[in-house]
Amino acid sequence: MIRLEKRPTPSQVWSWATPLVAVLATMVAGGVLFAFLGKNPVEVIRTIFWDPILGEFAFYYRGQLLVKAGPLILIAIGLSLGFRAGIWNIGAEGQYIMGAIFGAAVGLAFYPMEARWLIFPLMIIAGAFGGFIWAMIPGILRTRFNTNEILVSLLLVYVAEQILAWAALSALRNPEGAGFPGSRNLKQYASAANEELIVGWGMHWGVVAAFIAVIFAYILLSRHILGLNIRLAGEAPRAARFAGVNPERLVLLCLGISGGLAGLAGLFEVAGPAGQISIDFNVGYGFTAIIVAFLGRLHPIGILLAGLLMALTYIGGEAAQATLGLPAAAIQAFQGMLLFFLLAFDVLTNYRVRFGREVKA
Amino acid sequence: MKKRTFLAATLAATMATGAFADGHEPVKVGFIYVGPIGDGGWTYEHHQGLLAVEAEFGDKVETVYQENVPEGADAERALTQMALQGADIIFTTSFGYMDPTINVAQKFPDVKFEHATGYKRADNVSTYSARFYEGRAVQGHIAGRMTKTNKIGYIASFPIPEVIRGINSTYIHAKKANPDVEMNVIWVYTWFDPAKEADAAKALIDNGIDVVLQHTDSTAPQAAAAEAGVISFGQASDMAEYKPAPRVSSIIDNWGPYYIQRVRAVMDGSWESVDTWDGIGPGMVEIGEITDAVPADVKAEAEALRDSIAAGEYSPFTGPLNKQDGSAWLAEGEVADDGTLAGMGFYVEGITGEIPN
Repeated sequence: MIRLEKRPTPSQVWSWATPLVAVLATMVAGGVLFAFLGKNPVEVIRTIFWDPILGEFAFYYRGQLLVKAGPLILIAIGLSLGFRAGIWNIGAEGQYIMGAIFGAAVGLAFYPMEARWLIFPLMIIAGAFGGFIWAMIPGILRTRFNTNEILVSLLLVYVAEQILAWAALSALRNPEGAGFPGSRNLKQYASAANEELIVGWGMHWGVVAAFIAVIFAYILLSRHILGLNIRLAGEAPRAARFAGVNPERLVLLCLGISGGLAGLAGLFEVAGPAGQISIDFNVGYGFTAIIVAFLGRLHPIGILLAGLLMALTYIGGEAAQATLGLPAAAIQAFQGMLLFFLLAFDVLTNYRVRFGREVKA
Repeated sequence: MKKRTFLAATLAATMATGAFADGHEPVKVGFIYVGPIGDGGWTYEHHQGLLAVEAEFGDKVETVYQENVPEGADAERALTQMALQGADIIFTTSFGYMDPTINVAQKFPDVKFEHATGYKRADNVSTYSARFYEGRAVQGHIAGRMTKTNKIGYIASFPIPEVIRGINSTYIHAKKANPDVEMNVIWVYTWFDPAKEADAAKALIDNGIDVVLQHTDSTAPQAAAAEAGVISFGQASDMAEYKPAPRVSSIIDNWGPYYIQRVRAVMDGSWESVDTWDGIGPGMVEIGEITDAVPADVKAEAEALRDSIAAGEYSPFTGPLNKQDGSAWLAEGEVADDGTLAGMGFYVEGITGEIPN
């Protein structure tokens, strides 16, 4: 007989151990899945987790890991602040899109003027502003009319997607694009391009911004009064009120920061790896970042590691598709398992597993 | 630019020591797909092309593919990955892979790339597409003859020239067959989204149309048409499971022969960058079986139209034709040139509604 017994306080050890256990369990369960698909499970796991870091073509993949992890970390850091305070911004994907549109629009407005010192910084500001504004909509609706920010922010993703389609087809369409949708390629416009800082390393300004965000979030949460207020609001809302935390200000602040960072991620992506505004520019970073935030325990360092791990499953998963002929769905199922096991093992943080009958004292 | 040269040199050096060094190994053929191979439409048919290559060359080729590759940064990585792992020729099968294909091709000058439906080429990048609009002419004719409500509906994906050509070709031939016909176009902004496609089909049917045409890849509109008892046409793939009705005919993309020809060119060293745009004649576009749900005389007319296009006797865009705003486009007997068709951004006269922009 197995029982769950509630712990008096959440276990610190399990809180940090569950992500590792979840990764291991995912490897085992994924291995079984791959074996059923007729592949050698060890080879698949090696292709996903080992080859991108230390395999034959690692010189290329390591850079790509940063390219993929950068936006995830940047968005997840912003989300984690709100999540800690019980403010649920689910619409980072929409803020990411709006940041890209705002930033790209500013860059394209200057085309073909060459003045990188002016244009690129303005694009960065516009990108952050685009995401910020988009996050302010659920923020103000919540503080003024007490609407649910989960629903509003999520639904605004679909609005943002429509605006993206409009931008790609009309407002920002490349006038020399022979009638096809999509903007000019910002990578081919020196003043607006978010180039790799060291060629082949994958490190672009967005990755730098992600690292800076990690450091700032760490300092904010451990040293700053705002960080304390955020943690207090999440853990003990009533106490926070008595301590003089203004809940409305906190909502706007958390949504604003997460929106701004998501907007920055979108700007760096559109000016760098993606290169242009296109109808399906967004590929789900805003949603995956939610998983990254929780996988990283809402802790800045944890998010850094979780973002890299998530990027690894993408890069390695693609490699496994192309080299071992695994279907895309198997890789998606594999990534889904990771979240599933994380949530499942999270039970251990708050509960203890007991064997045998309950003993009445 | 200097940076790129450095990267190219690094990559090239790696390749020279890699799988590429030995010319006697099987030719490695890569495919990048935008959808899942089981979509029953666009990607399914490209994958049939891959299987045709395997069947033709057996041990002499090794094929790899990656499905569901988003158009953008991820495509560039997928392409680089295939090139690094020694692919000799890579087919990129969606319009949105155009810039990624060109970028990666610059870094791998010894790898051949083939991009479907785009317009940018390079020394090692060919483009290829099919004249789907020829098939649309046949469908338009059947639609015009079959409709009882005189209203036909068209589910369109994105307002790009390829889709606009299809709409125009359909309308021109529906109108020829039935001067009273009206055509409703709905834009769904997706190539593959069964839910959205089904919603669009239902909206059209509610609006009184009794023929559904689609330029999207799933079979959801077929199911909606079956439920409502109206007719439809298979798109990209035969969609034979909906025979004999609602699906009364189809346009089938037949990529196999082209893929085989291009892989053979890599094998014998005769590969060159070309721009291929083939239609019914060379067999890149096929008209799927016209079922018995279509009266015999209509079927005979449709087949005659198909055969005259295949023989090169008739072009679907033959004047007199005006643009939607009433301005003259093609004079009596004049045939549209490929340049105009490739960048087509206007409706022909008689179509209601506007191209979204």
